[in-house]
Parts: sequence; C-alpha cells; structure tokens
Amino acid sequence: MLRFIIRRVLWLLLVLFVVLLITFILMHLVPGGPWDREKALAPKVIAALNQRYGLDKPLWQQFLNYIGGVLHGDLGVSYSQSDRTIVSLLAHGLPKTLTLGILAFVFAQAIGIPFGVAAALKQNSAIDYASVLFATLFASIPGFVLGILLMIVFSVTLHWLPTSGWGSIQQVIMPVFCLAALPAAQTARITRASTLDVMRQDYVRTARSKGILESNIRVRHIFRNSLIPVITIAGPMLADLVTGSFIIENLFAIPGVGRMFVQGIFARDYTLIMGGILFYAFTIAFLNLVVDILYGAIDPRIRYE
Amino acid sequence: MTAPANTVVAERPHHTLWGDAWVRLRRNKLAMAGGIFIILLALAAIFAPLLTPYTFAKQNYSAILQGPSWAHPMGTDQLGRDTFARLLYGARTSLAVGIFTQFIVICIGLPIGSIAGYAGGKVDNYLMRFVDVMYAFPDILLVILLRSVLGGSIFNIFLAIGLVAWVNIARLVRGQIMSLKSRDFITASRAMGGMGRHITWRHLLPNALGPVIVSITFNVPRAIFTEAALSYIGIGVQPPTPSWGTMIQDGFGLIFAKPYMLLFPAIALALLMLAFTFLGDGLRDALDPKLRR
Repeated sequence: MLRFIIRRVLWLLLVLFVVLLITFILMHLVPGGPWDREKALAPKVIAALNQRYGLDKPLWQQFLNYIGGVLHGDLGVSYSQSDRTIVSLLAHGLPKTLTLGILAFVFAQAIGIPFGVAAALKQNSAIDYASVLFATLFASIPGFVLGILLMIVFSVTLHWLPTSGWGSIQQVIMPVFCLAALPAAQTARITRASTLDVMRQDYVRTARSKGILESNIRVRHIFRNSLIPVITIAGPMLADLVTGSFIIENLFAIPGVGRMFVQGIFARDYTLIMGGILFYAFTIAFLNLVVDILYGAIDPRIRYE
Repeated sequence: MTAPANTVVAERPHHTLWGDAWVRLRRNKLAMAGGIFIILLALAAIFAPLLTPYTFAKQNYSAILQGPSWAHPMGTDQLGRDTFARLLYGARTSLAVGIFTQFIVICIGLPIGSIAGYAGGKVDNYLMRFVDVMYAFPDILLVILLRSVLGGSIFNIFLAIGLVAWVNIARLVRGQIMSLKSRDFITASRAMGGMGRHITWRHLLPNALGPVIVSITFNVPRAIFTEAALSYIGIGVQPPTPSWGTMIQDGFGLIFAKPYMLLFPAIALALLMLAFTFLGDGLRDALDPKLRR
C-alpha cells in the first residue's frame, strides 16, 4: 500500500511538471506579450519591464527559474494585477471557488444518492421515472444555460435572487444549483444502476433467506455496497466542480479562481496562467489519488500489488 | 431417418448488426424525436435564406430591440438584427463545430487508440502515459489556452476543441481493441490465416465502432457547448459570424430589459443538447447486442 502511494505521488509530480512545461510552451507561443496595451509602450519601458520580471532571459532559463520558485512555494508575481503575488491572488479567489465547489458537491450527493436509491428500490414506479427524467434533463442541459434560464425566472421575472456578486446566501443559491445539476444527475444515475445491480446479488438473497429484516438488508447489504461506484466518480466529480466552475463564475460575476484565470489569459499574464493551470492540475491529480486510496479501503476486494 | 412432416423450422431472418440496431432505434421514441430535431435544425440551418428574409449581419437601426412580432418572430437585438435569422445562421456554426471537431477527434483518437490497443507493450505504455498527462489538464481551460495560441478563424476553434477531445476516444478505442483482441473469433480468424491488417479492418474496428459512435454522439453536444461558452466569454467565433454563445453574450447585458433576447438562444442550446443526449442514449441501447431483448 505504501509503495503504491509513493509511486503514485512520484507519478503525480512528474505529471505536474509535464503539464507546466506544456503550458509554458503554449503560453509563449501566444502572439503578443504581457505588456501589450491599447497604446503601445515605449521600447525602453518594455525592455525595463522585461528585465525586472526576468523575461529578457532565454526561455529555458525562465522555465527553470519558475520551477525553482514553485518548489519554494513561490508562484511569482502577477503582471496584470499590480504586482500582487500569484499565491495571494489564489488565496483570494480560492475560498469562493472552493465554497461553490464543495457546496455544489454536497448538494449533488444529497439529492443524487437518495433519488438514485429510491428509484432503484421502486423500479418502474412514478418516482423511478421522475428521477430518470430529471437526471436526463440535468445531465444534458449545461449549467451555463441552466443559469441563464434560472436568472430569467428568479431574477428577472420573480425578483427573488440577484443575478451576480458574492457575499450573501441569496447570491450563492443559483450558482450552486447550476454547478450541482450535472453531478446530481450523474450521481442519481450511477446510484440507481449500482443499487439495481447489488439487489440482484446472491448475498442479498442469502440475507433474505436468513430472515434478516428488510430494512437491515437495505441499509447494510444493499446501500453500503451500492455506494462503491458512487465513490469512484466522486473524486473526479469534485475536481470537475472546482475546476469547471469558471463559466459559472463568469456568468454570476463571482471573483473566484476561474474568473481570475480567464482574465489572466486575456492579459497574457504568464505567471497567473501558470499558477492557475498548476492549481487545477494539482486538484485533479490529488483528488484522483485520494479516491484510489479510499477505494482500496472501502472495497477489500481491491488489492494493490 | 425422415423428419416428421410437420417439423417447424426455426427460421430467424438474417439481421446485420446495423439493421438490427436501426430497428431497435426506431422503436425508441425519444431517440427518434432527438434525431428528427437535429435533422430539422440542420435543414433549417442549410436553407436559412429561404426561411427568413433577413441575414444574420443586416443591421436595421429603425428596428432595434423589438419584441417578438410578425415581422421579427423572435424580436431584434441592439443593432436591429433579426434574432430568428441569427438563430438559424448560428445553428450553422454550432452544427459545424459539432461535426468538424468530431472529425478531428476521430482522425487523431482512432489511430492512436487502435495502435496502442493492438500493439500493446511499450508503444501502448508511452501513448497511454501521454494520454494520462492530457487528462491532467482541465479540458475547457486547455481549449481556451490553445484557442489563444491558435488565434483567429473558426477552423482554429474546431482544432482547439478537437485537439483536447480526442483523448477520450483514444482511451475508449484502446480498451475496446484490447478486450476484442483476446476473443475467440479473433483467434479463429488468425488460425485461418487472417493477417494483421485484415483482422484490424474486418474484425477489430467494426466491432469497436458501436461504442465509438455512441461516444461521438455524446461528444458532439459537448463540443457545441464548448464553442458557445467560448463565444460567450468572447474568444469564440468572431463577429459578424453568428453563434448562439455570442447571442447569449449580446443579450446578457440586457437581461432585465429584454430577457427574450437571451431566452431564445438559451432554449435553442438546451434543446439541441437534449436532442443529442436522447439520440445518444437510444444509439447506446440499440448498438449493444447484449441488451437485446
């Protein structure tokens, strides 16, 4: 187990390195630079700025300097946001993005799992059809479109919720719902399928034949085992929520990491782009690792060689 | 020995996989509805000039921000452009994105996936490690980055989306080929002298095709949505080319004053996504012979 974890962590570090390298190359292929303005700056000013930020050095040296900084927890300073460090910018945006992502995640599980289980236990009933219908609807309509439709209903027509901003509970409701719709639908679908699958297993029949209370069978034999696939997708799902919230952040004007990253691309703010990609890639890789480890703990049939 | 005269010969009409799938797909009402919607939308997009007297770029300053009327069934935008016309011409953009990105995805993903799956060993290992690295990137952000590297035309949008989306197909094809490779009918074909290329083209790829088609059907709406999202944040197709994402962006500032400007493209996008999901679900059920009832 320990060897497995060490190997995975080393692999994770290598992946992050390659991801940074690819991003660095792509970023420097983008025409223009961070000092492009409506009114061109004097060449002298640009030279001075380049020298100050180390952009006059050869590219490979810039990259090595950057990696050196990352190893010391220094992601550099932003070129576009008046010299604030990337770490402080991330620290500023992260709470919003994480709050959105985690709330949406919890909401998705709280809706998806009960509906999935109920649909499976009462297969082909009204509740089954209703949850399959809603799962299909929410799985196919993108959160961004959903957000617009919700805004038209709840902000424009009913005047219940504000369309944008951050800080109050009312401002969180719609973005969280838009983010949670897809994962809730996926969770419901997968819970339903895996519950149906577990219900037909031999050990459930054995438990019934032993005369165990139906409610006990449902909780201890069916429910617990049917959660295994749900946990497998929970990691990538949480990663998707944290990394995928940027369109929702843009739509609802929430100053999170995603919105910052998009602005960074527009401003060709090299360090901000690198910092954002590093954050996202790390989140994805780290959550996948956690799930892989948890998976072995939950399902004893899985052993790591 | 003579057979009794009244023997009933169990005769099952000969079905091909595709013929069979078509029969089953036709029975699925939602999938057919989705398919018909997509075909109608495609026809409307192609014959847009016959369906509306307006063009997507024609500005009319004496008719700005009008509500739905007989002259403008979906109203006009802040430049006096007819929303219905823009929606129809925008469908061209959306459908083109859906088709061309998947073309790129197949051109890259299919060969890489089949080579990795068929060759196995070191080749497979290297190719799949590369795929792993691609997976570590957040999809849509990589598209944005590629988009800003490639710049310019609509073809570069196809390219940016396609260059990111091929990874899923490559993985899928590899898995399919690997599991098919060890099946008995492949061994049988080999025992009868089938050569590598014959096996790949005659046995492996046709059998892997079903899941690939299903996956492509689900990828199309994702690509369409990505383009709309890019256009919404202002780095998708450039004006005056109409796109549903751009229309949403245009209408967004006026959400309180003229909500219908936003409503029509948003609903169009939602319907198109649903249509592809229904069709994809139907195809998945139809193309999986194991689900045969």
